[in-house]
Amino acid sequence: MSFSLRSKDRTPEWKGSYAHYDLVKELCIALGAMTLLAVVLTILFSSPDEKPSTIAQWSRSMPADFLTTATSELDGTSGTAEYGPPYNNGTGSVQHAAFLKPQEWLGVSHPIDSAKAYVIEPLDTIPNDPGVQRAIATYNAAPAKQQLAWSEAYSKALEKATFAADGSVKLPAGAYGPVPAMMSSLLALAQSGGLEGTLVSSSQFFQTDYTKPLLFMADGKLLEERAEKLHLLGEQWGMMNETGSYPGQSWLWLYTFWYQVEPFKSSTNADLLVVLAMTVLSLAFVLIPFIPGLRDIPRWIPVQRLIWREHYRAQRT
Amino acid sequence: MSVAATPPKSSTPGGAGGQRSWTIRTREAGVAALPPEKLLPDGQPTYVGSWIYVFGVATLAALMVIVGSGMILSLKGPAWWHYTGVGRFFNSIHLWAVELFFFTTVVHLWGKYWMAAWRGGRARVWITGAVTFLIAIPAALTGYVSQQNFDAQWISTQAKDAMNATGAGAFFNVTNFGQMYSWHILLFPIAVVALVCAHVLLVRRHGVVPPMDLATELAGVVGASPPTHPDGHAIATRPAAPAAEAPLGRPMSQEDEVAS
Amino acid sequence: MLGAVFNLNDPAHVVHWHFFEMSVSNLVVICLMLVVFALAILLPFPGATRRQAARTLHDEGGAMAGGTLKGKPHRGGQAGEGAMQR
Repeated sequence: MSFSLRSKDRTPEWKGSYAHYDLVKELCIALGAMTLLAVVLTILFSSPDEKPSTIAQWSRSMPADFLTTATSELDGTSGTAEYGPPYNNGTGSVQHAAFLKPQEWLGVSHPIDSAKAYVIEPLDTIPNDPGVQRAIATYNAAPAKQQLAWSEAYSKALEKATFAADGSVKLPAGAYGPVPAMMSSLLALAQSGGLEGTLVSSSQFFQTDYTKPLLFMADGKLLEERAEKLHLLGEQWGMMNETGSYPGQSWLWLYTFWYQVEPFKSSTNADLLVVLAMTVLSLAFVLIPFIPGLRDIPRWIPVQRLIWREHYRAQRT
Repeated sequence: MSVAATPPKSSTPGGAGGQRSWTIRTREAGVAALPPEKLLPDGQPTYVGSWIYVFGVATLAALMVIVGSGMILSLKGPAWWHYTGVGRFFNSIHLWAVELFFFTTVVHLWGKYWMAAWRGGRARVWITGAVTFLIAIPAALTGYVSQQNFDAQWISTQAKDAMNATGAGAFFNVTNFGQMYSWHILLFPIAVVALVCAHVLLVRRHGVVPPMDLATELAGVVGASPPTHPDGHAIATRPAAPAAEAPLGRPMSQEDEVAS
Repeated sequence: MLGAVFNLNDPAHVVHWHFFEMSVSNLVVICLMLVVFALAILLPFPGATRRQAARTLHDEGGAMAGGTLKGKPHRGGQAGEGAMQR
């Protein structure tokens, strides 16, 4: 006998009565109904379109956070700089589950050198500014320990910094090396809107990959603060939510549920563990016909008697 | 084209070579599996008498609205809906059609679960339906990250962590708009539509699942002997259908049931 | 710019219960699914008279009654040959 996928049951082929049923008409009616429903919902509620955040906005509305983030990119302490694959060989966000280490196995496929990508290369695009070029040269020539000392001191000083209307930064006295000069120029570039374009088109003219600017903004607080107001954070079950009061991806309820309970909630490998759990459950969902117990519940809880009550009634009479 | 009383298997001369024709074999296999009256029947078993049955076709209809509105959105490119009222209108239809699609899919799968619709060799029907649902989820995700607004920024910067943790981020970069847009308007729709076609054709081939036999259900016996009468009615049996009309081209045998 | 009748752009109302947190709109959608499912299996489906007539005719031995999947013969008589004629 040839192999075939059959669940264990003895449901015979139907040899009983048939009634007229116009499938094509049913499809046309359904199409009309669904189109009408979609149009009515559109007229009633439209759709959300929260304007995207930009690096220019970020640098103007939250200059301290922008500079703190840029400094952490420069000294390699940002979330992106320490992330790990696929961006670099850091270990800050590398996840594993027992012997499973797919993130490491797949390696660095989208390399990002955060200091170069977010600070040095954008500054190099500023024309006619020998001061910036000198600052970069001074920074690059210094030993790593000195570079880190400058940037740590600068980040700490930013907590007490004041920002003038012209965008200039006033810091308390300290040993920051060339970092303030570099960061001031970067801030000016960002506030003028030039940093966005630089980050997107750094490798070629035509680009559709927004990874660099998105990771940069995600390293700061702008996106997160905005998301919190819109109930989109993970701990707010945000995965299911849409901006405003629109219904979101409610079908992700079980996926986001796991992040709210232990052991996933406090695990540093939460993402991988949740994906594995959902993979197992999804497989079980697909293979219900072959899972004893799960496939028998419809027999134990006979909702089907309501569905086929007309048929059963006719059988009895 | 001329109509012959008994047309030859092959319309080209050299009949013996025609028997090895892939075209003829494909056509005959297709027509044997799904003759026209099975592909598009004008009747359904009389047990098909519940509103729950319309949720399959409702899901199909919602999918058509999604694809149609998506096609209109792609006519003017991904930024169009941000700066025109007409574009926003079709974006809204697209979004609500997606909500309707998942709504009807879930009600449909609930109904099919409680009907144990995988019975009678219909496991593949359940499987293709379940996989369609699972594939529709990342299809929707790629749409959300292609919106080019704050929602897309947030979702992509969050989802990247799950993708990267599983290693998928090495080749599926949710922050790469170009890649996500391509997957959303081409690859995932092809996958979803192909799965839906397979699902519907399997339903047509096997027919809508019959009701559970109450006698064996009440006895609590799973896999018990089939009812006394093949059609499950407690009245005179109809003659069995001719072998050529049974699913899979051959009648089901007791051995098949036992072996499964 | 086409406006909506109802403005859903205000921040969402959220339901909190222990660690459970869901937006009212998502909750409405999920509850609606349950309600629609219940209605779908409880409400009578049109055509009961037609189906009963088909059952009666079938029980009385009418092979072609009410339209059947296998009722209509091909013009050519056989499935494969029918395909050849198109």
